[in-house]
Amino acid sequence: MIDFLAGLGRTGLGWFAVLGRASMFLVRVLFSQDAVLRRFSLTVAELYSVGVRSLLIIVVSGLFVGMVLGYQGYITLVNFGAAEALGGVVALSLVRELGPVVTALLFAGRAGSALTAEIGLMKATEQLSAMEMMAVDPYRRVFAPRFFAGFVSMPLLAALFSAVGVIGGYLVGVGLLGVDSGAYFSQMQAVTDWREDVVSGIIKSVVFGFVVTWIAVFQGFDAEPTSEGISRATTQTVVVSALAVLGLDFILTGLMFGDL
Amino acid sequence: MSREPVDDTPHVVIEDLVFRHGRKTIFEGLSLTVPRGRITTVMGPSGTGKTTLLRLIGGQLRPASGRLWVDGLEVARLSRRSLYTLRKRMGMLFQTGALLSDFNVFDNVAFPLREHTDLPEELIRHLVLMKLEAVGLRAARDLDPSQLSGGMARRVALARAIALDPQMIMYDEPFAGLDPITMGQIVTLIRRTSQTLGLTSVLVTHDVVEAMAISDQVVLLAEGRVMDMGTVDEVRGRASEWTSQFLEGRPDGPVPFHYPGIPYRDDLLGEQESRT
Amino acid sequence: MKLRFLEVSVGLFVLLGIAALFYLAVQVSNIAEYRDSDTFEVTAYFDHIGGLKVRAPVTASGVRIGRVSRIAYDPERFQARVTMAIQSDHDYLPVDTQASIFTAGLLGEQYIALEPGGDYEMLQEGDEMLFTQSALVLENMIGRFLTNVSAD
Repeated sequence: MIDFLAGLGRTGLGWFAVLGRASMFLVRVLFSQDAVLRRFSLTVAELYSVGVRSLLIIVVSGLFVGMVLGYQGYITLVNFGAAEALGGVVALSLVRELGPVVTALLFAGRAGSALTAEIGLMKATEQLSAMEMMAVDPYRRVFAPRFFAGFVSMPLLAALFSAVGVIGGYLVGVGLLGVDSGAYFSQMQAVTDWREDVVSGIIKSVVFGFVVTWIAVFQGFDAEPTSEGISRATTQTVVVSALAVLGLDFILTGLMFGDL
Repeated sequence: MSREPVDDTPHVVIEDLVFRHGRKTIFEGLSLTVPRGRITTVMGPSGTGKTTLLRLIGGQLRPASGRLWVDGLEVARLSRRSLYTLRKRMGMLFQTGALLSDFNVFDNVAFPLREHTDLPEELIRHLVLMKLEAVGLRAARDLDPSQLSGGMARRVALARAIALDPQMIMYDEPFAGLDPITMGQIVTLIRRTSQTLGLTSVLVTHDVVEAMAISDQVVLLAEGRVMDMGTVDEVRGRASEWTSQFLEGRPDGPVPFHYPGIPYRDDLLGEQESRT
Repeated sequence: MKLRFLEVSVGLFVLLGIAALFYLAVQVSNIAEYRDSDTFEVTAYFDHIGGLKVRAPVTASGVRIGRVSRIAYDPERFQARVTMAIQSDHDYLPVDTQASIFTAGLLGEQYIALEPGGDYEMLQEGDEMLFTQSALVLENMIGRFLTNVSAD
């Protein structure tokens, strides 16, 4: 029994230690952000690998989610004679929740895990150490551009997801199921508030971008320099990011849309 | 053509160094000096902290107590900027070469030049070709690190380490896992660069034969402290029990062959008795 | 060559993202309604506001001309005080305009509909609307219905 409690305590302390390391890491990365402008070509390269490469999965997923929303929304609304409200339902679901959250989860899986693996591999092959010994600060050269790229890409990707989803809902609702095309958009505009809905969604995706990129880059930095360590770190990026995003979504939704 | 060192003061001085990793003490009261412009080899069994020593000299690790000077500067007390300035005068060759995987051979060697100097590209090109020629890999300049053999990667890493014309180079296990020909190439390169550039070289290895062939000074490290230090002949002459076993590679001696435990006979008989 | 492709695609990516944001702003949401931020406030007291919420629309002849900005309970008059922000170019509302709380559709949100009166004086900033009609409360309606039925 005592052993169990001691083990529990050790695990808890371990988490605090990780959080501490992660925070110190974050502070140093944030202070190295001036490198983003000075080494702009590095940042552009990272924006490509993190943002552009995620475009396909985000756009395709957005389209499918929008189409499913259109379909499911129609089936439910038509029972109340309210099929014309489909536009609003699709738009709000996407802009408030699905856009930021699903994009964050997909991003963590695609770009986040890639970042972790890349950095972990650099650590395992002593490239980070070599850089330090060549008097090049890895925080400025490796971590800061990647962090900035992830942080900036996420809101853009989430907006794309929502926009494409709205179109997907249109394709199914208006194209397939006969909802009036004018009604689709006019109802949507009537219920979707720029500040309350769209901007809240953007704020969410900015927060998610910050957190997911932080987790991904730190996990790579903190990984054990073995192949086992790297694969474990990559898995953890996805798992921890997912939990963090969903947890933060709950808190943010409560703050923004409710009375939390 | 070799250059005589301008300065006779030691390049690295270590005094009473104590370093711990978790609960394990790696160095306890370690003291040694590295003479300028010469090749010093630090030898010892695996796990005695030879790589750790290089990291302490390079300032990547901080000692628990004791003092370490490089070129008269106390490394542990330097600010980050001063440390980085010091590191520009040091080169380090990692065991795997540690070439940057995003760049090809040419860009790898050009990396320190591009990062730390404002030289125009044509000049950088000349310098890079010069360094690659010195290690014999000028024609390989467009290859990717993944296309290089272990020995070639290490040679490129050496070219990169001398890119800024440092005053000291540290080699972490430069001979490990190489075939005889490649090993011969590395040995020649280390000796040649040290002599032609007048560098202080610190080698860390347990390949006794190669090390003894080129070293000016040998330091034997075990159990967290210096067991012996001196020229190759001095150390051979003084050989203690332990030193002899290490230098000649005898399987048994002060470092035992058998993992410590109860005697063989008692172990066998003990099992039989518990069964009856 | 490789660098050029990189830069172009990143530029396109950022452009696409911003375009999506614009699309969401213009086509999807009601950002057009934010343009007129010049408003003047008037208050109205109701016995019952039903499900009226802050930011509910204020309409005249069905056209939205403002929003509900504040709802509070007035303990001196024992009524609900609703403050409305009406767009400044609609300064032609007479002081005897009536404010009624209606429901949009059967299950829709509640909003305030203004019916202009005939007075010569116009509503200004800080004025109180004197004629109001509270929201219909379902229980009262049912009670009245039952009373009517039993009276027959």
